[in-house]
Amino acid sequence: MTQTTRKNTTENPAPEYSEVPQQATQPPNPSDTGGGTGTAGQVDPFAHLRGTAGEEQIDLNKEERKFIRRRSWRLLVRTSKGVRLKLLMTALAVVVAQAAQASTPMIVGALAIDWGIPRILEGNAMGMWLPAVLYMCAALTAATLLFFYTRMTAEASQFMLFKLRDEVFRKTQELSLDFHEDYTSGRVISRQTSDLESLRELLDGGVNSLVQGVMFMFFTVVTIVLMDPPTILVLCVAAIPVFIVGRWYQRNAEVAYRRTRVSSARMIVHFVESMTGIRAVQAFRREHARSRQYKKLATIYRNDMLRSISLLGILQPSLMLIGNLSVTAVLLWGGFRVLQGDLGAGVLVGLVLATKRAFQPLDMIAMFYNSLQSATAALEKVSGLLEETPKVREVQNPVRLPEADGEIEFHQAEFKYNDDGPVVLKTLDLHIPAGQTVAVVGRTGAGKTTLAKLLSRFYDVTSGSLTLDGVDLRELSEEDHKRHVAMVTQEAFLFSGTIRDNIALGRPDASEEEIIAAAQAVGVHEFIMNLPEGYDTDVNKRGGRLSAGQRQLVSFARAFLADPAVLILDEATASLDLPSEQLVQQGLERLLGNRTALIIAHRLSTVAIADRVLVVDEGRIVEDGSPQQLIAQGGYFSKLHEAWEATMSS
Amino acid sequence: MQPSERRNQTQTIWQQQYESGNKRTIWAAMKRLGPYLEGLKLRWFFGMLAAVGAGIMALSIPQALGSVVDNIESDDATTMVVWIGGGIILILGIIEAVMVFLRRFLVLPPASDAETSMRTTLFNRLIFQPAAFHAAWDAGQLQSRAIADLNMLRRFFAFGSIMIVTQSVTIVVGFTLMFINSPLLAAIFLCAAIPIMVLGPRFRMKFIHFSRSSQDKAGDVATKVEESVHGIRVLKAFGRGDHARHDFRREAGQLRHLEVAKARTLASFQFLMILLPEGILAFCLLTGLWQVGQGTVTPGTLTAFFATAVVLKQPIEGIGMLLSQVFMAKTSLDRHIDVMDIEPAIVSPDEPKTAQERGLVQLHDVHFRFPDQKSSDRDLIDGVTLRIEPGETMALVSHTGGGTSTLLNLVPRLYDVTGGSITIDGVDVRDYSLPDLRSRITVAFEDPTLFSASVRANVLLGTGHQRDDDDPSHPYRAAAPSDEQLDEVLTSALHTADAEFVENLPEQVDTRIGEEGLSLSGGQRQRLALARAIAPNPSVLLLDDPLSALDVRTEERVTERLREVLDGTTTLIVAHRPSTVALADRVALLHEGKIADVGTHTELLERSELYRKVMAPPRPSGQDLMNSVAEEVRP
Repeated sequence: MTQTTRKNTTENPAPEYSEVPQQATQPPNPSDTGGGTGTAGQVDPFAHLRGTAGEEQIDLNKEERKFIRRRSWRLLVRTSKGVRLKLLMTALAVVVAQAAQASTPMIVGALAIDWGIPRILEGNAMGMWLPAVLYMCAALTAATLLFFYTRMTAEASQFMLFKLRDEVFRKTQELSLDFHEDYTSGRVISRQTSDLESLRELLDGGVNSLVQGVMFMFFTVVTIVLMDPPTILVLCVAAIPVFIVGRWYQRNAEVAYRRTRVSSARMIVHFVESMTGIRAVQAFRREHARSRQYKKLATIYRNDMLRSISLLGILQPSLMLIGNLSVTAVLLWGGFRVLQGDLGAGVLVGLVLATKRAFQPLDMIAMFYNSLQSATAALEKVSGLLEETPKVREVQNPVRLPEADGEIEFHQAEFKYNDDGPVVLKTLDLHIPAGQTVAVVGRTGAGKTTLAKLLSRFYDVTSGSLTLDGVDLRELSEEDHKRHVAMVTQEAFLFSGTIRDNIALGRPDASEEEIIAAAQAVGVHEFIMNLPEGYDTDVNKRGGRLSAGQRQLVSFARAFLADPAVLILDEATASLDLPSEQLVQQGLERLLGNRTALIIAHRLSTVAIADRVLVVDEGRIVEDGSPQQLIAQGGYFSKLHEAWEATMSS
Repeated sequence: MQPSERRNQTQTIWQQQYESGNKRTIWAAMKRLGPYLEGLKLRWFFGMLAAVGAGIMALSIPQALGSVVDNIESDDATTMVVWIGGGIILILGIIEAVMVFLRRFLVLPPASDAETSMRTTLFNRLIFQPAAFHAAWDAGQLQSRAIADLNMLRRFFAFGSIMIVTQSVTIVVGFTLMFINSPLLAAIFLCAAIPIMVLGPRFRMKFIHFSRSSQDKAGDVATKVEESVHGIRVLKAFGRGDHARHDFRREAGQLRHLEVAKARTLASFQFLMILLPEGILAFCLLTGLWQVGQGTVTPGTLTAFFATAVVLKQPIEGIGMLLSQVFMAKTSLDRHIDVMDIEPAIVSPDEPKTAQERGLVQLHDVHFRFPDQKSSDRDLIDGVTLRIEPGETMALVSHTGGGTSTLLNLVPRLYDVTGGSITIDGVDVRDYSLPDLRSRITVAFEDPTLFSASVRANVLLGTGHQRDDDDPSHPYRAAAPSDEQLDEVLTSALHTADAEFVENLPEQVDTRIGEEGLSLSGGQRQRLALARAIAPNPSVLLLDDPLSALDVRTEERVTERLREVLDGTTTLIVAHRPSTVALADRVALLHEGKIADVGTHTELLERSELYRKVMAPPRPSGQDLMNSVAEEVRP
């Protein structure tokens, strides 16, 4: 992209790398309307619109609107790379095709009747053959070129859509988690689905019919001018009411359309909630009340929809009326001139036919405006999302680390989410030798998860360093980092597909035996074999069929298969019930093996298997030692241990 | 219910429907719509007349034009000829526009009324279908029947059906006019019309096929996106972003190819649609000019022929599309009727009994199995006999999936027992009228479904709040709070459930929550669901692990307050942890579908190995402990 401020930060890695995150993007914050996120004191007047920040803003001034428009336009131009020649050819094709189509009334009127008939009557066969052959040529040209036009526009627009889809997908995957924490999944999904859908609709239907319609009109008008220039005056006069009616329709249609969308959404929410919550509806005897409410919503929807359709019901006959009045005017005026001998009767026929045809595409053009608007809005949002830059990125010449032992070192590491934010992790020096199992305990918000996030490089330290086997994580190649460090989170997310697919996600090239071995290692093999189709069982959407514990075990198997040197477990056992916890416990121990492990612990059972416990409070480590040492020391951990013991024996 | 069971059941229902839909003729299907179409018939007829009128006007204009041209060209032409010609065209043109307006104006409102009343009738039917029905029918499925299918029907009634008549008339009249004026040219033109009418629907079918599969594919792409976003942590943690992108690109690529294939079909169709009639017209032009040379045809007639041909082109192209609309409308109609035809399996008896409310709940050898459970499996509930005294609190304990939740559903007849019986105050639950039964009982479900409405409306769901005076599902009950007491009830229910966080919401109890409003945490929703169950002051209260999402301290507070409130209310509470069991006077241990033991918590702990296993030590909520310990440790 062309924003210079952004370029500076992205092409300027290495030494002050830790400075980059703050410069790259401000976290999207709609309320942040003040300017100035640019580098080197440059004030960026559109800072509040960069990225996704401006998405929710409705009242934009002219300059701002222009800025966003230009961004969308640039995106379109960029995605068109590779199909530009094709687009040019489609433009040519449609121009010629519509010219050919529009010429037919002229061929019938001026050529056949006025020029041909006198010659035929003189016995000249040319008068017969020329118009017919020309007509045939026009038909063939129009049909063939439109054929190519339709194909090529689809190919080009689908090419562009594919590129956009892929780019949005890549961007969302690439963006750091802090972005995803602010920008909800729903919004990402609607960028990818409904926004691109409205763009598709525009490219697919709207633009197609618009271009064809406009060209058709244009050439019809041209033929009128060619046949009889004065007639164009009639059309000019007619253009005034057409314009007024068109504007009226656009304005109202936009409002009506939005209203219908709102009322249909309300109706749908009510419907779906009633059906999915049927047990509550029936248990609390709300059948009649909800029915009545639905009727009310359905009636509002009906009225809004009717209003929206009625607009079209007024637009169409109005345009038709204006068209027919124009035809009458052309006929009258032309008729008198025929009588006076100024105009051929055939030309008059051609003029009348052409006038009638000139009005045909008008309602389509009026309707096109709506789809153009929603597509523009969509493109604005998509281009905003694509403008976001990830805070964490790979350096240009990353250090490779083919094998890792799993030695971790925090050196004077500090972390805060943004410049003015509080320090979440205070200056930390921590060495974890390879193979050690470390449990981290502490209060809510003490900074336990921050350790995990830094280690898995969801974020980078703001100052100091964090190394794996002596290599700074920021220098380490992304591929090697992901291979050596894996994280299992509390919510064991399963993707749709089979159990096998889900385990194989840990290492896509694993063999069947390795997958089974991984499942056996964490103790989930038996369970999987009891499923209807074993490893081929479809886990359904969001892993609905498995209990939380079973899902967690599958995700353990996934991690086992990935075989990382460093394993991070973020409250991985927190959502399990007791039997599952016992089940998982054995799996967990097998999973840990000789790996370096950082366990954000919630359970005593998990802490019990740790070599070392870190107690974190207010962003620093307040206790550090083996469980036995800490219990003996009599600090936080010993109290915690006591409390745990107490609950166990009650 | 397990998804697999659900799918099977759906399949059988689909099969049934497929068969019944096939058997029904289109007329039989239309007849079923009779009641909805009452107000539509007459206006539809006039609308049709208007549309036919507009079509005839469109055809008359070229005829008039032809004669004007002929008259002007004759030697004795006067200005009068032009005036008359212009006048005729003007009048015809105005009538055409008015007719087009009238068609919509006449038909659209009653058609929308029919659509709306079908929609509300459908809703009314569905809302009385029992939970088993809704487990088999996906809400999205039903939703598409309620919206897309009925939209389709409205379009058919308001547009398709009328256009079929109109365009048929236009085609017939147009060809007749052509044949009268220039039989030879008309015959040639007809040659083009026939292949268009035949090929049109075929192309359309192909096009629909592609557009359906690309729609499905778009759905797959959306799923991939959804998963990649929801599972972003996993993908990032394992560095599998590329893997996901690869999958995504494959799906998106397939979508792209389908879309292009769709466009190619359209392109070939367009090609024929332009070339056939225009090519034939070129031939007509040749023949017509030759005829003019022979003197058998006047230039005016030739003009009229071409003008008519232009008018006819659109209906000839469109008639195929309209015919396929008939089939689509029939499918939509079948889908509608098939759902409407399923009788709710759980209804009030014809002659309901009732009893004085005391709150005695008895289960007599209760059996329950899901309709499509494997026949070799034992019943999920396999002969449960239990007596819960009025005012008693009984905890139901089992392994996860042991059937305790299902057992609760049987009491208010959300599902019906498949064997044995449940009585409340001595009367079989199936002998009560449903409103009577369900007004005595309230439930707090494990998964707290709240609705998009204010907190107040959600908590007062089981009371008289926001109901019609004559709401038949809200019978009079002596114990129920009166409308004047509702504010008080709301406050105290929220207090009991420790849902005072409501005070901190932007508009307190009037804050909108749910889909369109504020989203609440699991624990908050659970507390509101609990308040909702308490508010109507039921005589039987069913609580399905109501405190599972609460932290230890909140749970303690709620338990304390509940104990007071529950005094006098018969309560069945599904419990998974000792702290919840603490609420109960007695505990029933459910094992393998049967009651294994009944006694107090202490008794069972002592004598039942099984109970000790199920109720093993409490899961310390580590985070809570950490927080509380930290408070102690810090100075």
